[in-house]
This record gives sequence, structure tokens and C-alpha cells, in this order.
Amino acid sequence: MLRVRDRSAAEDLVQETFLAALSARDSFSGNSSESTWLVGILKHKIMDHFRRQAREVPLKEEELREHPDSGQFDGTGHWTAGPADWGGNPADLYREKKFFDQFRECLSGLSPNHANAFALREIEGASAREICKVLNVSETNLWVILHRARAQLRRCLETRWFHRHAPKGD
Amino acid sequence: MLSCHDVTQLLSESMDRSLPIGKRIGVRLHLLMCKFCARYERQLLLIRETARRLVATVEAPGETLSEEAKERIRKSVQNP
Repeated sequence: MLRVRDRSAAEDLVQETFLAALSARDSFSGNSSESTWLVGILKHKIMDHFRRQAREVPLKEEELREHPDSGQFDGTGHWTAGPADWGGNPADLYREKKFFDQFRECLSGLSPNHANAFALREIEGASAREICKVLNVSETNLWVILHRARAQLRRCLETRWFHRHAPKGD
Repeated sequence: MLSCHDVTQLLSESMDRSLPIGKRIGVRLHLLMCKFCARYERQLLLIRETARRLVATVEAPGETLSEEAKERIRKSVQNP
């Protein structure tokens, strides 16, 4: 669900997994546990889901062009205001369940192509080559997409979380 | 000379592949002089770490299916 960001899509994937497992049950070798086998099938289904979405929602030109932090740079490409000081200790941050909720909300706010690339890279831990194949983009475009996704997540967290929760006085 | 705009792009790229040596040195030198880009890098790393921890918390006990979804799946498996 974290990967596909949509409850009904996640449920459909689980359902497809059980159906696929059922029709392929004769091929289950017993070398691994059943749950490992099912998770393996589910991973394939998740990749198929990303592939399908990449076909259905083609990458738009502006997803590669528009810089999410463009207003923060001057004409020579230097920061005007710069990223805010997030302060605090990350260890404290990771104890806050609400921070993770905010993170997921920011992730859901990305365009599907950006969010899928980010999920494949940072959640699935896929290599760039794999992601390019699944999403059908060139490497050069993938660097741009991931940069946009991270920059937009960064900005979302800054405005929605750190501006509200940052310790005062730094 | 790399601008901050270039460096933010290269910082992201360096998280996905190893940069050619010239660019790598350019970025490191820039970071020594630019506190904003150094901060930007720390924030990107925090975002990466958050995603990893999120996977760990979500996958430990696991999210459960809704009762409706369980029922739907049960039916579909019984009548494939």
C-alpha cells in the first residue's frame, strides 16, 4: 500500500496474487515457505502495476521541465532564500508517527510518474536500470524525475511539517 | 563553477549513481562553501532515511486488508 498509495489498488494486487498462486500452485516447489513464494508473486504484480501505470499515464513534458524549487533560485542559479533550517534531531523525528503520516501524504501529492519513480527507488530499492525498464524512460530522464520528486517532497515537508513543528528560536 | 541550481540536481543524481569524478569534486567543493546546498543534501538524506524507516514500520506487523477486501478475495479464489 505504501508503494502504490491507493488502498483499492493494493487490495486488487493482493487478490491477483492469490489467484495467480492458485493457478500456479502445481509449480510451488516447497523449497521456500509459502509466504516467501506469495511475496515473490506479489512483487511481480507490483512491478506490473507500475508498468501499467507508466503506459496509462504517459510522462508529460512539463514533468521534466518545471523545476519545483525554481522560485528559490535567482537568475544565476543561486539560492534566493535557501532551504529552511529543519532544526531538531532526526532521531526524535522518527519517533513521531504523525511525521510519517505527513510524509505519505506528501508522497501521494506527487504526480504518479514522480511518485512511482521515487517508490521504486527509495521504497523498493530498485536499481536505476530496472526503474528505466519498468517506467520506460531514459536514464537521463530518470535523474530528472527523481530530482523533481525529491525536491517536491522536500518542499512539501518543509511547508507542511517543519514550518509548523520546528523548535522556535534557531 | 557549479551553481546551487546545478548542485541540487547533482546531489539527487549522486544518490542514484556515482557521478563522474570531475562533477563529484565540483559538488564537494561547492558544499564546503555553500551552507544552503549542504543543508539541502542533509535534507535529501533525511528523506531517504524516512522512506526506509517507513518500509520497516509498515512491513513489521503489516497493514491488514479490510474485511470487505478479505471477503472479496475469498470469493474470487473460490470461483476463479
